[in-house]
Amino acid sequence: MSRAGLKSICLAACLAAGLGTAAAVQPDEVLKDPALEHRARAISAGLRCLVCQNQSIDDSDAPLAKDLRLIVRERLKAGDTDQGVEDYVVRRYGEFVLLRPVFGLHTVLLWASPLLAILLGGFGIWRLARRRTPAPERRLTASEEAEIAALLKRE
Amino acid sequence: MLVETGHFALALALALSLVQAVLPVWAARSGEPALRQATVQAALASFACVLFAFAALTFAHVTSDFSVQNVVENSHTAKPLIYKISGVWGNHEGSMLLWILILTLFGALVAVARNAVPPVLRANTLGVQGFITFVFVLFLVTTSNPFARVSPAPLEGRDLNPLLQDAGLAIHPPLLYVGYVGFSITFAFAVAALIDGRIDAVWARAVRPWTLAAWSFLTLGIAMGSYWAYYELGWGGWWFWDPVENASLMPWIAGTALVHSTVVMEKRDALKVWTVLLAILTFSLSLLGTFIVRSGVLTSVHSFAVDPTRGVFILAILVLFIGGSLTLFAWRAPLLRQGGLFAPISREGSLVLNNLFLVAACATVLVGTLYPLLLEMLTGDKISVGPPFFNATFIPLAVPLLLIVPFGQALAWKRGDVLAAAQRLFTALALALVVGLAALALTWGGPVLAPVGVGLGAYVIVGAALEIVGRARGYGANRARSAGVVARRAFGLPRSAWGTALAHAGVGVAVIGIAAQGWATEALATLKPGGTLASGSYVATLDRVAPRSGPNYEETAAFLTIRDRDGHVIGHLDTGKRFYPSRQMAVTESGLLTVGLSQVYASLGEVQPDGVGLRLYYKPLVLLIWLGAAVMAAGGGLSLTDRRMRVGAPVRAKVKPLPGAVPAE
Repeated sequence: MSRAGLKSICLAACLAAGLGTAAAVQPDEVLKDPALEHRARAISAGLRCLVCQNQSIDDSDAPLAKDLRLIVRERLKAGDTDQGVEDYVVRRYGEFVLLRPVFGLHTVLLWASPLLAILLGGFGIWRLARRRTPAPERRLTASEEAEIAALLKRE
Repeated sequence: MLVETGHFALALALALSLVQAVLPVWAARSGEPALRQATVQAALASFACVLFAFAALTFAHVTSDFSVQNVVENSHTAKPLIYKISGVWGNHEGSMLLWILILTLFGALVAVARNAVPPVLRANTLGVQGFITFVFVLFLVTTSNPFARVSPAPLEGRDLNPLLQDAGLAIHPPLLYVGYVGFSITFAFAVAALIDGRIDAVWARAVRPWTLAAWSFLTLGIAMGSYWAYYELGWGGWWFWDPVENASLMPWIAGTALVHSTVVMEKRDALKVWTVLLAILTFSLSLLGTFIVRSGVLTSVHSFAVDPTRGVFILAILVLFIGGSLTLFAWRAPLLRQGGLFAPISREGSLVLNNLFLVAACATVLVGTLYPLLLEMLTGDKISVGPPFFNATFIPLAVPLLLIVPFGQALAWKRGDVLAAAQRLFTALALALVVGLAALALTWGGPVLAPVGVGLGAYVIVGAALEIVGRARGYGANRARSAGVVARRAFGLPRSAWGTALAHAGVGVAVIGIAAQGWATEALATLKPGGTLASGSYVATLDRVAPRSGPNYEETAAFLTIRDRDGHVIGHLDTGKRFYPSRQMAVTESGLLTVGLSQVYASLGEVQPDGVGLRLYYKPLVLLIWLGAAVMAAGGGLSLTDRRMRVGAPVRAKVKPLPGAVPAE
């Protein structure tokens, strides 16, 4: 798993920096209000750890992920909506930070891919089902005829 | 010396595989059956050579021969024996050698499976297989020689990546590779059929066991990898939609579609061209998986190769096989006779629908995995496609698929009756509704989707059971009245019927396990010895924190007692942080306590003077996820033991060549 790789890289980086090991959300980061913390966790799961491979900041050990988690919680405490927090992070770090890509002109093919696949396949099946006349039987080749004749003679 | 002999054996395998590739073509040109027979010997000989090479490398690893570069980089004298062996494939060169070993093993199996395959088809298939082997051995000896020596030899090795020092890694890659590479046989069969310009039910019958075997192993391999990630990475997830995971999931989905379409082809003589295309696509996705993992396009622990020349070579292999086979398909497929019509409402109709949804799901995963790469290449925009995207697109495709599973089984071949099928499924639907509602009532106030998922899983399982009952009871005049007759008939059903039902039930089991994760709970705290942390219906008490040492690591371990809410002790577990001095790496070892099918999962965080960070998860019914996969694979295995899988085309070799007859090919 690449997560394993990154985890190891992150850990190695942490060790090299003398920071000790860390694991994802720390107890001291948790907000007192459980409802707010729940929202923070949900938002974090959709934000990418920028120095990691395909890992959310909620899972990551990287110091940068920790910073982002703290930012998310600070914004929530300041009264931002979930969308507001996300927008804030995107303004600072770009669209790359969103694990769920926004729907736009540049992602239309991505989001449409399941539907396109179904439509394309459905069209193929419809054409196949419509073809009512079976293809003509393949004629045996001369050599095959000879083989059959020889086999019959041997019987 | 043994190392050089191993290297030499690899070179010999290179030559032999080329011979294996050329012989069938020569045989077809010259019409000399003996040449065709020699293909079999070549396949066996190249397997023997690769096996020897692999044994030589294993020997070097086990004896810690640090004059070999590969051993220096991935081994250590203090490493336990099992990891010295698994370390052979825990690196790029060794894993490629394992890949080739399995490739030639399959070749050898096709060569000796005398009854199952008509001789011409076998020779052509072995030829294609030989060509694949040739290209991959060439890749190995020119860019990734596992036998390279180093001088002067160091006294100690650099050890294997600690994350890979795990029993899971010892089994995960071999299973996965047997799956990946197993599809090469199906691919070879498909290409052989295209070259021959002929395809029929005999072909489908010859291919089916190989597809089924590859699929079963891939299922196990993916499940093993998933479980390994679950317990080794320490944050309790079991699937991350990681590109490397997707790389193994895509051939699995395509392979699942292939397993079903070959059935249609065998029974109804339909979907021939589609099956050939699917066989090509499945192996192409396996190759793409190898490319994604190894090219360094996506950096991860799996990407042992970060050497650009290797990347270019792999890219060339991809273009050659995928491009080549698809071109061959475009050229030759029109020659294949399209046969067998199908009615939309019939078992084959539902299998077509199954293929539609599976392929759409596969395409979605493929697009999602490659889209960020392509977008960045074309426009420079950087986006991420992560789990939220895949969950939002994959699940809506998977749900209708699951709904069709029992439905298709309840429909008859050729012309089915929707109403009758729905009637037969009434029990399944009713039971699923009861199970779902019961789950909802029991967990009132919890997530709503979890009970829906559990109900869906129950529907699939009961549907699979009904399939057996229905077939055993018989229909119309043949309908059995007594339970005894039904039971006797059920035991008399072909094993493939049982295998199908078992595999489908496995899907249902896994779905329940996945859905139940909606109820998983997580708790997190800094604890001092004596402190407690509760998650779900369990409470963990930290008994003590103590250092521990292993053969090649130092560990800080936390020992926990798990109690239920009433204070009864359920069991003990320990979780630790291991430090491997040889690699200067720390790894979290999670602690698991299995209670029935559920698990209590603990993972140690930061260790500080004022306490240790501890994460405690309760994972209800989590074992069902992997158990379901194991049941699916068992279903595949059971089908393989069916008599129909072993009996095939008559052997032509025993008939003397006919005087005056020109060989058909």
